[in-house]
Amino acid sequence: MSAAAGRWGVDGLGVRYGGRAALDDVTFEVAARSVAAVVGGDGAGKTSLLRALAGTVRPSAGTVRRPDDRRIGYVSAGPGVWADLTVEENLDFAGRAYGLGAGRLRSRTAELLERTGLGEARGRLAGRLSGGMRQKLALAMALLHEPALLILDEPTTGVDPVSRVELWRLVAGAAAGGAAVALATTYLDEAERAATVLVLDQGRALLAGTPDEVLAAVPGRVVEAEARPQGVPAWRRGARWRAWSPDGSPLPGTTEVAMDLEDAVVVAQLAREQRSAA
Amino acid sequence: MWAMAMKELRQMRRDRRTLAMMILLPVLLLVVFGYAASFDVDRVRTVVVGPLAQEVAGGLPDRLQVVETRADLGREGAVEALRDGEAVVAVVTGANGDAAILVDGADLFSARSVVTELRGRPELPAPEILFNPGLDTSTIMVPGLMGVVLVFVGTIATALGVVRERQSGTLEQLAVMPFRPRDVLLGKLLPYLGVAAVDLVVIVAAGMLLFDVPFVGSPLVFALGAVAFLFVTVGAGVLISTVSETQGQAIQLAMMIMLPQILLSGLIFPLQAMAAGVRWIGYLLPLTYFVQVARGVMVKGTPIDALLLPLGMLAVLGLAVLGLSIARFRRDLAPAGRRHRHDEVATVGAGAR
Repeated sequence: MSAAAGRWGVDGLGVRYGGRAALDDVTFEVAARSVAAVVGGDGAGKTSLLRALAGTVRPSAGTVRRPDDRRIGYVSAGPGVWADLTVEENLDFAGRAYGLGAGRLRSRTAELLERTGLGEARGRLAGRLSGGMRQKLALAMALLHEPALLILDEPTTGVDPVSRVELWRLVAGAAAGGAAVALATTYLDEAERAATVLVLDQGRALLAGTPDEVLAAVPGRVVEAEARPQGVPAWRRGARWRAWSPDGSPLPGTTEVAMDLEDAVVVAQLAREQRSAA
Repeated sequence: MWAMAMKELRQMRRDRRTLAMMILLPVLLLVVFGYAASFDVDRVRTVVVGPLAQEVAGGLPDRLQVVETRADLGREGAVEALRDGEAVVAVVTGANGDAAILVDGADLFSARSVVTELRGRPELPAPEILFNPGLDTSTIMVPGLMGVVLVFVGTIATALGVVRERQSGTLEQLAVMPFRPRDVLLGKLLPYLGVAAVDLVVIVAAGMLLFDVPFVGSPLVFALGAVAFLFVTVGAGVLISTVSETQGQAIQLAMMIMLPQILLSGLIFPLQAMAAGVRWIGYLLPLTYFVQVARGVMVKGTPIDALLLPLGMLAVLGLAVLGLSIARFRRDLAPAGRRHRHDEVATVGAGAR
């Protein structure tokens, strides 16, 4: 394994589509045996970053470190499976594409069908699977050849909570098995499980580091109240309100709360807006 | 209702291809096909052979356009000239002043015009019609229609197959897999070529059994022409798929490619009857050459050396269309450049560090 012993990623990455910059000076790294999450809203640049890492988008600037094509596993934001092939035929195609021998293909298929719980559906057309099952199949296809770098573009979006847990079990298993996992998600609770997090906003890095480092990097403090606090930026969390005190000064009628990643992302965006307005 | 009409107008304005098809295409088709739609052949290529060739050539009706006189050739040479497509009419002169007029019945409309002309000229011998003595339409239409079927299977099915991959989002998945774009394309085309080849055998058999179409030439030469033609049609399908986002767009474009081929290839209207400008469009279309090969081999038994031009043109068009389609497909499938066969650090752009 080269590229700094399985540390894959991008440095100073820029991606442009025509005249529009999708990514600007973004750095992201994922190490073997770990999960690195990319979070951000729609259009933040998550998919462009993962595509550049996978080699399907030509960067306009920066450096990309990635393994040989045959050691990359990729699940796109699309369906990622061939709807008119059965579960087993999809796995067979992926295995052959990655050059697996017949024996290894058989054993890996059996192992992954068992781990994903798709054994019963092996003869079913992928187009007739539920969303969660389809994503598990896409993940199984990406894991078949035991890739060094596993790239997953929102693998749990639109998937029911039980399937999300099962998918995460598979992702964690892949990392434990030695893969470097780069994963984009819009679910911040998922990102908190990752070793490192990159928060993207409008194609730029807003926050980066371990979840603890990200929380520590956020200025000021976050408070909670029954009613919306006045005069400060505030947002709803469940039935209550949260607000940000930029200089950390206490706000009357509120109580300070421990910030989580969701708060950190909101605060980082507010801070960026304040800087832009200034 | 007005709200609906406004919505439709706005959508129509943005779908420029459909708008162009609705406004420009009918005008274009009317002009082009207006000059092409004629069954009347005024001038028919004629060779005059035999000892009195020179003398007889001067006295022939205007319709018989003498392209060659050969005193050294006899009837056998004249038949060969018709079989090889050098002329449609051959006048064979004898030393004692007798003559025979041979007509290539595989060139249906030219042959009919000659027969009609000679009926009004009792001083000339009655024509002898070769290859298609009954001047049957089906005998010459069926070999050409095989080409149309191959365009359907090759172009439309291939375009739809590739666009389906794009529409369903799996093209991106293929782009990441360790395939070379060429492998993806050829692997995808191979089954379509196989199905089209089976189709070809079935329609040749059906043409012979149902319409009594003869097959007097070499199956190998026919197969060579068919394979070359299939490469063009399948390549056109891929090319269409690279500029189509949806299967609907692909069908629209395929139709725009098919219609001129059917009308300008000589399949229905004889090329000789078309205005020169329109005829030259026909010479750029692959079906034109497949029709020549199919009719030549099946109906007349034309040998390969007389079909080198259409076979060569099919090969050139096949290479050009398939090459262009591979280049465009490669751009779609591997936008980041070459496939990576080793771990790498790629540094790009002005901002690289």
